[in-house]
Amino acid sequence: MAHSRVVLQSLSLLALLLIWQTAASALESRVLPPPLTVLEVLVAGFESGQIPKNVGITLARVAASFLLAMVIGIAIGILMGRHTTVDRLFDGWLVLFLNIPALVTMILCYVWFGLTEVAAITAVAINKIPNVVVTLREGARALDRDLLEMAQVFKLQRWSVLRHVVMPQLQPYIMGTARSGLALIWKIVLVVELLGRSNGVGFQLYSYFQLFDVAGILAYTLTFVLVVQLIELALLQPLEARLNRWRR
Amino acid sequence: MSVLEIEIRDKRFPADDGAAGHLALKNLLLSVARGELVCLLGPSGCGKTTLLNCIAGLDRDFAGTIALPHAPDQPDPVIGYVFQEPRLLPWLSVRANIELVLSEVQRGCGIVEDMLAATGLEDFAEAYPQKLSLGMERRVALCRAFAVAPDILLMDEPFVSLDEPTARRLRALLVAIWQQRPTTVVFVTHNLREAIELADRIVVLSPAPGTVRREIAVNLARGQRGDERAIERFRQELLDDQPEIFQDL
Repeated sequence: MAHSRVVLQSLSLLALLLIWQTAASALESRVLPPPLTVLEVLVAGFESGQIPKNVGITLARVAASFLLAMVIGIAIGILMGRHTTVDRLFDGWLVLFLNIPALVTMILCYVWFGLTEVAAITAVAINKIPNVVVTLREGARALDRDLLEMAQVFKLQRWSVLRHVVMPQLQPYIMGTARSGLALIWKIVLVVELLGRSNGVGFQLYSYFQLFDVAGILAYTLTFVLVVQLIELALLQPLEARLNRWRR
Repeated sequence: MSVLEIEIRDKRFPADDGAAGHLALKNLLLSVARGELVCLLGPSGCGKTTLLNCIAGLDRDFAGTIALPHAPDQPDPVIGYVFQEPRLLPWLSVRANIELVLSEVQRGCGIVEDMLAATGLEDFAEAYPQKLSLGMERRVALCRAFAVAPDILLMDEPFVSLDEPTARRLRALLVAIWQQRPTTVVFVTHNLREAIELADRIVVLSPAPGTVRREIAVNLARGQRGDERAIERFRQELLDDQPEIFQDL
């Protein structure tokens, strides 16, 4: 089964490449370079160290804003899910922040804090936090009362309750929001880089855009998609498998 | 010498619309002696679980007082609670579920191994609860409750929805462990046979609002309790003697 799945996926990817190649040959235009040209740019980028450097910088920004958004979002989400008063107080804020366009937060952060690294990372985190809060609030509301009572009767320490009773129940919600968060955040980071940073993938894409260098744009895009896929395969999936051992 | 003194004048659950609500317990007086095994017997809905939750401190919203036993060197009474459902953490192994409720010191002195051996669960120490049968999960819950060396052990119909032979084995197991590790037990059930088999004293509660209707000393020797006919004889005598007490059961 697994074998035929791999074959099928490879065939489908090959078909995509074929369509791309056909379209490129038919058009013979700079705005749609054939796969081989993109590959050459890719190899050149790796040889010069430009692609690894910029992808590394962007990844660092993704990691920083991701961690920031997750930690703050999880904390606020649990608070709002467990305390009705807090929930009522801040529900309005949440709706507001959920609906602020990403571009507005970025512009405001750059205007208020200057064109700095901190401003960039803050802007991205602010965009993601409301989503984390909404998901985790649902999770916190659904916590099993029976297990919390058990923890109370046996006088478990606060930390122990959080680690062994609460967090495992929130884990599916956290993994869900982490997945969608990663996908959202790396896209927003590119825009933030384009607007106010002088390095990173977003900045490079912008430079290539001004030169109408589609091969460069595609080379960076492919690299980044592969890296994110790698994170999913090498980090998230093994982690999830480990955390789900106990399920039958 | 009584170590658990319960005096609940009034325990009600408020209705959503601000009406008087449901009166669960009313003028309930009960004292339990140290090391005694008391069975609370009552029809379903008479407030048995509510009473246990009040004793456990899970529900403090009642009028009255509950005085709990505790060791002189401890600030609070240690409570063991075997809930109706086992309430194990599914993501922790059997061993980790028991260790979770213990202090560092308790973990170090082999109590987990002792309890697992006493309940025949040695081979399942690393198993996750979902791999176990309900009877085995209940044994783990029993281990957990005894492992904390409780001043008082609360049990809420811990053997329901098991087939009768399994339930009987677990009752015998409970008594064996309890005799090795004596503690005060309040055991809730709606099954008169079970109560006779286990209790030093049976406290019969009335339908809601729950109050003590009758207290019955079970003067059967522990050795006789394994004998079904002795249990049945005792039960029949009770029923013939005071049929009105048991009519709701």
